Amino acid sequence: MTPDEEAEFKARRKSRNLVFALILFGFVALIYAITVVRVTD
Amino acid sequence: MPAPLSRNGNDVNSNTATTATAKPATKTIALTPAAMPAHWRDFYALTKPGVIRLVVFTGLCGLLAAPGAIHPVIGFTAILSIAMAAGGAAVLNQWWEADLDKLMKRTVRRPIPAGRIRPDDARDFGMMLCGFSVLIMGLAVGYLAAAILAFSIVYYAVIYTIWLKPRTPQNIVIGGGAGAFPPLIGWIAVTGEITMMPVLLFAIIFMWTPPHFWALALFVKPDYAAAGIPMMPNVAGEKSTRYQILAYSVVLFLTTLAPVAIGGAGMIYGFAAALLSGVFVLLSIPVALRLPTQDDVLKPEKRLFAFSIVYLFALFAALVVDRMVLA
Repeated sequence: MTPDEEAEFKARRKSRNLVFALILFGFVALIYAITVVRVTD
Repeated sequence: MPAPLSRNGNDVNSNTATTATAKPATKTIALTPAAMPAHWRDFYALTKPGVIRLVVFTGLCGLLAAPGAIHPVIGFTAILSIAMAAGGAAVLNQWWEADLDKLMKRTVRRPIPAGRIRPDDARDFGMMLCGFSVLIMGLAVGYLAAAILAFSIVYYAVIYTIWLKPRTPQNIVIGGGAGAFPPLIGWIAVTGEITMMPVLLFAIIFMWTPPHFWALALFVKPDYAAAGIPMMPNVAGEKSTRYQILAYSVVLFLTTLAPVAIGGAGMIYGFAAALLSGVFVLLSIPVALRLPTQDDVLKPEKRLFAFSIVYLFALFAALVVDRMVLA
């Protein structure tokens, strides 16, 4: 793997991790919101 | 560099690799796996965001037009589940058809045939989206909505993609049901029951799908022929397809007026439906009555296809406006 390819590899991995973290955070927030709505309904 | 992979991730050079068969849809072509980890944008592209927009919109319209109220968080969850299911089914569709997509100019740059995503990764991603969508819908919204959502995924990914599409020119007619579920699910998310009105919303999209797709099929006919997909123009011929486009447009016209006839929608929707569906029929007439010459740019066909997309957005928007004004 050339230095350029390695840099691209790391950039892709970083962006994927970031998006995955955001999705997980969104999922947790959604489940929390659904629980609150269901409990208070 | 890893060995080329088949659709199912097998090494095509090994003894266990799937070999090409007589049926085009099951033909296996070596796919170059991505050397780099796939970019998240490729996963996003795999969900067919353009189709999701239409699915989300019609699902939201079904939800907003339904009688009754739904908590915004639950409503949002229902729409999110519909979007995830549509995206997941689209991913599974592309995973299954990766070898066919490689043969068509229109689809060759998709992430799997282009080698940007490994087929196995796409399959897992699609399964995950579908599974979570049904789970969340069931837990947050209701089991009836979740059951219909699960059925719609199976309908698209299995009945349409695997069974109908490679076998019959009626693939679009029956497969159109897959895209017709969102407003039905949106409506049921609010009411919790199946009544005549959501069934009519289903029927509208069901009747809209054949003229929409056949207009497209007329100008990408060589693509479908190259991939061996039995689309109507390739099997029944252009003349028959063109007549059928007009026939379905007339049936669509009548179907869109049915909600007014049963008292499920008011005059705002009725006027919009008559106007929009009338234009749809008018645009179908030149498509039905002509046969293209050589080097024809197929303008009427492209015009009908473009209008059919705007048509569905406008029709469902009119339904929501009508409901809000009446409410």
